[in-house]
Amino acid sequence: MATAPVPGTARAWLLSPAPASRRQARFGRWYRAWLGFRRNPLAMSGLAIVALLVLMAVFAPLIVDPQSATLQVLQDRLQPASWQHPFGTDELGRDIFARVVFGSRITLTIVVMVGVIVVPVGLAIGLPAGYFGGVVDTVLMRITDIFLAFPRLVLALAFAAALGPGIENAVIAIALTAWPPYARLARAETLTCRRAEFIQAAELQGASHLRIIATQIVPLCLPSVIIRLTLDMAGIILTAAGLGFLGLGAQPPAPEWGAMVSSGRQVLLDQWWVATIPGLAIFIVSLGFNLLGDGLRDASDSRS
Amino acid sequence: MIALDRVTIAYGSGPRAVVAVRDFTLAVPEGEAVGLVGESGSGKSTVLRAVAGLIPYAVGEITLAGRRVERRRTTAERKMVQMVFQDPYGSLHPNQTVDQTLAMPVAIHRLDRGEARIARVLAEVGLGREHRYRYPYQLSGGQRQRVAIARALILEPRILLLDEPTSALDVSVQAEILNLLSRLRRDHGLTMLMVSHDLAVIAHLCERIGVMSRGQLLEVTTATAMANNQVTHDYTRQLLRSNAGFDRSSVSSGELDVAAG
Repeated sequence: MATAPVPGTARAWLLSPAPASRRQARFGRWYRAWLGFRRNPLAMSGLAIVALLVLMAVFAPLIVDPQSATLQVLQDRLQPASWQHPFGTDELGRDIFARVVFGSRITLTIVVMVGVIVVPVGLAIGLPAGYFGGVVDTVLMRITDIFLAFPRLVLALAFAAALGPGIENAVIAIALTAWPPYARLARAETLTCRRAEFIQAAELQGASHLRIIATQIVPLCLPSVIIRLTLDMAGIILTAAGLGFLGLGAQPPAPEWGAMVSSGRQVLLDQWWVATIPGLAIFIVSLGFNLLGDGLRDASDSRS
Repeated sequence: MIALDRVTIAYGSGPRAVVAVRDFTLAVPEGEAVGLVGESGSGKSTVLRAVAGLIPYAVGEITLAGRRVERRRTTAERKMVQMVFQDPYGSLHPNQTVDQTLAMPVAIHRLDRGEARIARVLAEVGLGREHRYRYPYQLSGGQRQRVAIARALILEPRILLLDEPTSALDVSVQAEILNLLSRLRRDHGLTMLMVSHDLAVIAHLCERIGVMSRGQLLEVTTATAMANNQVTHDYTRQLLRSNAGFDRSSVSSGELDVAAG
């Protein structure tokens, strides 16, 4: 870090104190944030785990034969680890390695879909509440309180019972109970900058409420919301796995990690790998998201 | 250009309302600069905010360029009045480059030749091309205040409101900003209303000075009269004395607690 960037390199371009274009200024800011993030080894290992999960999900068909995840070979059931089956086989003779690899797709789908629903809903409720205050605040926050009072797993169970089990309903059930903390966070962040002079300056220039919220407040709220989401990912994965374990998430023969743990519990003592391997996968991915979230939080703290 | 007629401003409503400014009357003709001095809590910033349209006023009338205005303003009325805030650290968005800060007013008012406007206004406040794509944390306090002035000027306002524009800056930088402001005033024929507790700053920029205390305008005098100590009101004399520096007589006469306010 101490060495000055060599002129003419990409690094010098990124760290230039006098950027010559909007693009250079933006990339420079990201690069500086990345330099701060890179100094944190735990955060980097979290990033590595999450990156590995994404790569595994994207390239799953290249890593293992797509059919082997659901292919039942009953004479090979409950085999321990071998060269042919690196993680052994389950009670129906399916390759656990292939199922873990393809299970990453389901996990990632749930995580992304919950994030895509929860963040916009949280912002849409929290930003106006913090910005306008008064009656708007009271009404929106009481709605948030109502949703906060729903027990997540019980609501998910009710949902799955009413709409039938499946990933989509699991996602809806999780999202429905996961957004209130985001609304509260967005509101709190909005309140801290609502009275700032740059907001008043924008108002003086004739900016509409929508423009002020979108261009002035959202950029300040978004980092903490994304950090919160990253830290929540572990909980979301665990809830999804819990629903899978109870048979209300992804349905067989889909290789969902929680359902895999569930199916291995009858043979836990004799064939421990059947439940342990997907359990480890859940554990590692949750840990990875937590480390990444902590790292992001530290990086954003030191910058301000 | 700016006329306030018996304006009363209160914070809150009902029995718990706090009257910040009472029965305030002042007229600023076009091209003139008027300063308001007074201790903290005297209501001088409140007057400025009401003129800017940031807070509502309960009683009286505020007229800008001959038209009565309320807190809600039209886009044209917004364009006419701009303000420079006290704290250059708080008045710029921390995540936006100088360029983004200046591009927003251009976009709001759909001004033509935005690029050229931004470049010109930056040159006018004494910032170079190398400052255009910097973030506020890459700028010094004086440079930030120049950006804040540029943001106000890019809309080509006729009235510029200044809320202690130099009090957060170093003494050497203060002088630069004050000189910049008086040059801009000359070049653009700006009408200025400025608030400060520093008489020297006010006297540098303004011809007339209004003295405020406890929400009321005590007297309006001129900078020359202040310099020659020709003031009528007792409070103004105290203010002058406290600005002149530490004076043993003000301690012995027991006036320091008021004057230091």
